[in-house]
Amino acid sequence: MGVRDLIQTFALGELRQGLAVTLRYFFAPKFTVRYPEEKTPASPRFRGLHALRRYPNGEERCIACKLCEAACPAMAITIESAEREDGSRRTSRYDIDLTKCIFCGFCEEACPVDAIVETNVFEYHGETRGDLYYTKQMLLANGDRYEAAIAKARAADAKYR
Amino acid sequence: MEAKTLLFYLFSAVLLFAALRVITARNPVHAVLYLVLAFFNAAGLWLTLEAEFLALALVMVYVGAVMVLFLFVVMMLDIDITRLRQGFWANMPLAATLGLVMAAEMVWVLSTDFFASGVFFNESMPADYSNTKELGRLLFTDYVYPFELASIILLVAIIAAVVLTLRRRTDVRHLDPAKQIAVKHADRIRVVQMPAEKEAE
Amino acid sequence: MEDSVLQSFQWFWNLFGLWDWVWGWFAPLWPLTWWIIKILAIFVPLLLGVAYLTWLERRVIGFMQVRMGPNRVGWFGLLQPIADGLKLFFKEVILPAKADPWLFFLAPALAMAPAVTVWAVIPFFDGGALADLDAGVLFLLAVTSLGVYGIIIAGWASNSKYPFLGSMRSAAQMVSYEIAMGLALVCVLMVSNSLNLTDIIRAQGQGVFADYGAGFLSWNWLPLLPMFLVYLISGVAEINRAPFDVVEGESEIVAGHMVEYSGMAFAMFFLAEYANMILVSALVSIFFLGGWLSPVGFLPDGVHWLSVKMFFILLCFLWFRATFPRYRYDQIMRLGWKVFVPLCLLWIPVVGVWMMSPFNIWK
Repeated sequence: MGVRDLIQTFALGELRQGLAVTLRYFFAPKFTVRYPEEKTPASPRFRGLHALRRYPNGEERCIACKLCEAACPAMAITIESAEREDGSRRTSRYDIDLTKCIFCGFCEEACPVDAIVETNVFEYHGETRGDLYYTKQMLLANGDRYEAAIAKARAADAKYR
Repeated sequence: MEAKTLLFYLFSAVLLFAALRVITARNPVHAVLYLVLAFFNAAGLWLTLEAEFLALALVMVYVGAVMVLFLFVVMMLDIDITRLRQGFWANMPLAATLGLVMAAEMVWVLSTDFFASGVFFNESMPADYSNTKELGRLLFTDYVYPFELASIILLVAIIAAVVLTLRRRTDVRHLDPAKQIAVKHADRIRVVQMPAEKEAE
Repeated sequence: MEDSVLQSFQWFWNLFGLWDWVWGWFAPLWPLTWWIIKILAIFVPLLLGVAYLTWLERRVIGFMQVRMGPNRVGWFGLLQPIADGLKLFFKEVILPAKADPWLFFLAPALAMAPAVTVWAVIPFFDGGALADLDAGVLFLLAVTSLGVYGIIIAGWASNSKYPFLGSMRSAAQMVSYEIAMGLALVCVLMVSNSLNLTDIIRAQGQGVFADYGAGFLSWNWLPLLPMFLVYLISGVAEINRAPFDVVEGESEIVAGHMVEYSGMAFAMFFLAEYANMILVSALVSIFFLGGWLSPVGFLPDGVHWLSVKMFFILLCFLWFRATFPRYRYDQIMRLGWKVFVPLCLLWIPVVGVWMMSPFNIWK
């Protein structure tokens, strides 16, 4: 320990260095995103609330192949199928339990007709557990409501698929 | 009744109660806290005698420091009450005799003319009288030798305590924060400049 | 001041023509009322200060960590402390089954009482102390040394591991740093030749620099610079603030003595801690930064200068917390006993010799 170290110690040299750093950051611009007013940009691949899409003519895409049900690692999807009056194969029941869902996106990957998709929407809530149990009607409604955003996200991501 | 007298009886009553609880409380931590209460009331009594330096010093030294360490020790100890109570009655006669002798001594001392005259307590000092200053003046003039002697004895005690408890163990590694702080990266790390490995020929 | 307050009351009641009637039965109570008014005039701003110090702390530390801090409740988050207070107020106070019921509830009161009591001797402006004691410094040392009981008793009465560890740490730490603080104060007492806080401040208003109008160079911090630093740092240790917060050490012992407390009982400890912070800032301002004195000759002295100085010291406390990592326990003990105490013991003779020499500046 030399004289220089002693002076450094009693002049609180290193403490002053540390204090200078925090003081500098005190005046630095803040990184905080003020959430409801500001949002971080989301990728087109963002996996949020589920939706069932329709073709432009209004026909639902889902053909009840049950690949998503098979792919789902959390077993959140329940599908029952039946023949519709026109003889086509359709789901009579398509439920996703969002309390089970882990938002892995496998259902989306598995779907041969791009029926089940995950939207960019993450601001939804349920006041009871039942509210987070999405039935076919609710999922189709989601699809109708967010179709523009879904189509845009698909288009943005299309060249990488 | 004068306010001062009222305060005297209040402080004395609480003091006696607390002192009694110090020796009767079953839980040693409670006993220590009652002792703290007793000190407080003793300080209050001294304040009514206009001895503010002594009163505040009592609170500062005994309550603020000594009793804290006392409490520290008592909390850490594992005191077995039943073992402490063994031999209570066997030692009773001796203890009672000693207690009586001490009580008699106190009565004797307090009933001498010196204290009975009441010369100390009836004098009311002027408002600007500072007994801290007065005490300091006396300690460093009239009583300077006893005072210095007492300090030397205390110093000896401090050094003795340090020497008795200081163990320098050479068989263990220990840290020296001053050295740790003084170390720069240049002391520990040597950056070596060397040519990159040649390709195999 | 008392008369002017009385007159304003008189004016108010005269509006209704009630003065004589009110004064008739109120007169004997007036001295008592006046005392209560004075106590409230200290106590209410203190509590408000505590509340907004928590807000300030969260904002300042947030800013230093490049984030915002609470800014949602009210304008700039200014209602946050009130929301926190209401929350704590309505929470249940839980008494652990194996705790000592009396001491468990005595502890928060014991922590709070000294933190508030000491304000009785703090002079806010010339002659503006609730009780201008001649032995003010002694009173202050005596009462502040009691603050540790709240923590120790809380730790023991909780009958739980972490609180107990916390109380053991606080007992050792506070007793150690009280010595350094006391010794640093001895230098101040030597140069100001008084135990009265008002006199200590007045003594700082005299000196060569003060005569030239640069009063802030005559304050004790400059001639007693090492003691100023020792006192400031020991002050941080004494109130268990970072980097000396091993007593709470949330990453080691969760929250120390406060682990088992909830609701208002916890809030009392919290209030006591922040009241002590404000107190130490006031003490540093009084002993070393000239209390209510104005730094330059042409501006008037007054309570606003004390507030400015206290605010600056409080900011420093927050700044320290944002900057320094927590000391290890043995490092704290080493700093207290092996650095501060010897430094103080060295500086006392230095000041003594200085005062006896022809270069004495404190005549």
